[in-house]
Amino acid sequence: MSHATKKWEVFPGRNKFCFDGKIIMGPDVTIFYINIFLIVGTTLLFIIFECPYLTVKVSPFIPVITLLLFIFVMSTLLKTSFTDPGIIPRATADEALYTEKQIKITACGDVSADRPPPRTKEIFIRGQSVKLKYCFTCKIFRPPRASHCSLCDNCVDHFDHHCPWVGNCVGRRNYRYFYLFTVALSFYIAFVFICTCIHLYFLSENRVVVEAVKDSPASVIVLLVTFFSCWSVFGLAVFHTYLAASNQTTNEDIKGSFSNKRGGSSRNPYTSGNGCSNCCYVLCGPFSPSLIDREGFITPDLVEKNIINERQPTKMNTSTYVSSNTATVHYPWNGMKSYPVMNQSQKMQSSVIPGQQFNKQIFIEKSSPTSLDDGNLYSKRRPVMYEKVDEQTEQNSKLFQKKNQLEIDISKLDLDLDDIETPSSFVDNKNTLCLEPLSASKLKLLHDTTMIESALDLDSLEESTSSVGANSHAGLIKNKHMI
Amino acid sequence: MSSARLSNISSTQNCIKVYVQRDYSQGTLVRFQTHLPDELIDKLELSAFQYTVNQLNNFFEEAESTSCKTYCQGCCACLTAYLMFICVESHYEKVLKKVARFVTEQNEKIYAPRGLLLVNPAERGLRVIEILIINQPVISRA
Repeated sequence: MSHATKKWEVFPGRNKFCFDGKIIMGPDVTIFYINIFLIVGTTLLFIIFECPYLTVKVSPFIPVITLLLFIFVMSTLLKTSFTDPGIIPRATADEALYTEKQIKITACGDVSADRPPPRTKEIFIRGQSVKLKYCFTCKIFRPPRASHCSLCDNCVDHFDHHCPWVGNCVGRRNYRYFYLFTVALSFYIAFVFICTCIHLYFLSENRVVVEAVKDSPASVIVLLVTFFSCWSVFGLAVFHTYLAASNQTTNEDIKGSFSNKRGGSSRNPYTSGNGCSNCCYVLCGPFSPSLIDREGFITPDLVEKNIINERQPTKMNTSTYVSSNTATVHYPWNGMKSYPVMNQSQKMQSSVIPGQQFNKQIFIEKSSPTSLDDGNLYSKRRPVMYEKVDEQTEQNSKLFQKKNQLEIDISKLDLDLDDIETPSSFVDNKNTLCLEPLSASKLKLLHDTTMIESALDLDSLEESTSSVGANSHAGLIKNKHMI
Repeated sequence: MSSARLSNISSTQNCIKVYVQRDYSQGTLVRFQTHLPDELIDKLELSAFQYTVNQLNNFFEEAESTSCKTYCQGCCACLTAYLMFICVESHYEKVLKKVARFVTEQNEKIYAPRGLLLVNPAERGLRVIEILIINQPVISRA
């Protein structure tokens, strides 16, 4: 391998990375660019058309203040956008398994064990009861105040909100920059607005305003941009000052986590009680480190531990979905009849059927990948992938057939019929990692729809595809039905 | 890849892993539970375990506490438009290095002789302390 893979390249979720992982952003940054364009554009107009006049007429400090404010606004904005918001790394496979066991143990103590165990954990923070929810994507109990960002598809500590204007989540690690950005920007907007008004006022001395506008049309643009943006920015700055002083996040405020309306006294257990010290903590508190080691190198044991498996659906879907789509494979042991290539979990279902049954064509329902959607906006991207899949399907099926011809020669010598793993072996050749995430999302689908996970140990089934497990019944019934 | 590295991987792959969870009773500061997991009862003395966890808790408390120094650092960083951290290490990062040193030292002194391995909580996103029981392989499922 010529190039050592770094962790950001296989990082799960939909965050974007630039400059070798030094910069992390949200998935969609269009509005962030518009934001930059507005700020830089207005500043340029202001400096070119207003500043020369104002420097002479009012004060030479105006360009200096403008420049300082502009630098501060831009640095806080870029800092907010490019900082890891406090993404909580997903659990390793072993840790997820351990958590799963713990859930079962607590459920066994419960009398009503026939129901699936609850995926919440109640803890007490300074005497205040808080429920921790289990995150099915990250396989962890979300720490208090953390939330899963549906756009970035990662859990973010101290999640405030996902801000499209900065193109990133706002969380524990970049809240202070975001807050400073809103405050600095409101000052900047107010400053530019007032300066432009003064400019127009001087120009329109002893004549009609319209003539003054003709003299300096750029002022009107600056005036309009600042006038319309100031309301939202001021509102945001005031709102976040309130939140910072009361040590709440936007997320908690919207959900009304600490309001008394929902009955009971649910006070905020995180506040220090003093608005001033809360603000100080936000602005000058400790700088928590990034918990995702973006620039670390991938070591083989990480691959083994499946830390990185979740990223694969985003990068390698094409090959994954080809396997579940239309590509056909000729099985050497049944007279060159073609069967749909099955994905891993379908293989699981059919793996117990003796080789002879393959003489009848088995159509196993193709599971639509959109049904894997667990409500976090996966579906938005899926159609795009499908287009790619369709384009490549033909190519791939040719490739599959080619490979299969090689396969036949071997199979002439070896007529061992239980070699049902064969189809997977050349899907695997293409990409060893691609099967793992699909099965993970399949399991999630299974869990979401049937809660089957609570009753069965699906993890062991996933590993031993050839064992006659409870899942094979499902496969048999399904096949019977089809035949 | 060297064969030594491979054997190392396989040795840590198939062993029991025990996780010590976070203790949120005092807020969202990083703290770990001092309750000894059942799997470790016959392998590790309670006092040794509690010493490790308490030390770690103290380190993180030091990292997250708001002393005059951290406020000054915060203000300075703000004035330099946060460009300061390109050349200066933050207080938290310094403490994390201390934690890493402490974990290595504890592994050498206490955990390795007992066939255990303590994993730096920073490597697990400060969510859990992972302890590997090395000399007891998981019975592989058929």
